[in-house]
Amino acid sequence: MIKKNDFLLIGAIVILCLAAFAFMLLSRKEGSKVIVYVDGNEYASFPLNEDVEYTVRKEDGAYNTFIIKDGKIDMIAASCPDKICVNERSKHYRNETITCLPNNVVLEISGGEEGDVDIIAK
Amino acid sequence: MKSSKISTYGLLIALAFILSYIEALFPPPVPIPGIKLGLANLMVLAGLYTMGVKEAFVLSLIRIILVGLTFGNMSTMLFSLAGGILSWLVMSLLKQVKSFSLVGVSVAGAVSHNIGQIITAIFVTENINIIYYLPFLLLSGLITGAVIGIIGALIIKRIKKQ
Repeated sequence: MIKKNDFLLIGAIVILCLAAFAFMLLSRKEGSKVIVYVDGNEYASFPLNEDVEYTVRKEDGAYNTFIIKDGKIDMIAASCPDKICVNERSKHYRNETITCLPNNVVLEISGGEEGDVDIIAK
Repeated sequence: MKSSKISTYGLLIALAFILSYIEALFPPPVPIPGIKLGLANLMVLAGLYTMGVKEAFVLSLIRIILVGLTFGNMSTMLFSLAGGILSWLVMSLLKQVKSFSLVGVSVAGAVSHNIGQIITAIFVTENINIIYYLPFLLLSGLITGAVIGIIGALIIKRIKKQ
C-alpha cells in the first residue's frame, strides 16, 4: 500500500528537520536581553541578567505576564484562550521566542552586543 | 446535485466538525505552539479520495468557517484558512500525480498545513524568528500525518465498499 515515493518524501522531511536542528544547535548563543513585541512593534526590552516580573497590557484588556529568572524568560499568565504561550518552556538562547498569537505578543531573546557581554562578565 | 452526493457532503462535514471539536477539547500536552493531531484531515482525505479534488476543497472550507464561527474567532479562522488551503493544494497535486499513497499525501498535507500556519504567524507577528518553530512542527506533522494517513486509508477502503 505504501509506495516508494512515500518513503522518499518522509526521508526528505526527516533529513530537512535533522539539518535544521543541527543548525540550531550549532549556531545557538546565549542571549543577553529580551525584546517584547506587541502587534509587530517593539514595546519594551529587558536585560536577561536581572530577575523581573512584567505584565504587558493591551488596550482591549488582553494581557501577558512573563518573568525573567536565572537568565531565562517564561510566560506565567495570559488572557488568551489556548494558553499555549504559558505552556511553552522557558527560553534563553538568542532568536528563541515565546509567542502568544491570540494576543499578538512575542517575547524574543536578542543577543549580546559586546558591551552587554562585558557587563555580564563583570 | 445528486442526493447521494449531498448526503456524503453532509456526513463528511458533520464528522469533520465533530473531530475539530474533539481536537479542541483535548489539546496535545506539548510546549510548542501549532502542534496538533489534525483529526479533521481524516475527512478532507476521505472527501479527496471518495468525492474529488473540488469537493475536498468545499468540505475543508465549510469546516473551517463552521469551526471558526463556533469555537474560534477571526484570527484562528485566518490561521486555519492558510493551513487548510495550502494543505488541500499540496494533497490534491500529490494525489493527481498518482505516485504517492494515501500516507504520503496525508504527510504532505500535514506538513504543508504547518508551513501555511507558520507563514501566517510570521506575517501576523511581523517576526521572522517564528520560523524557529518550523522544524519542530515539520517533525510533528510527519508523525501525525502518517498516523492520520494510515487511519484514513482504512476508513476510505470501507467507504468505497458501500
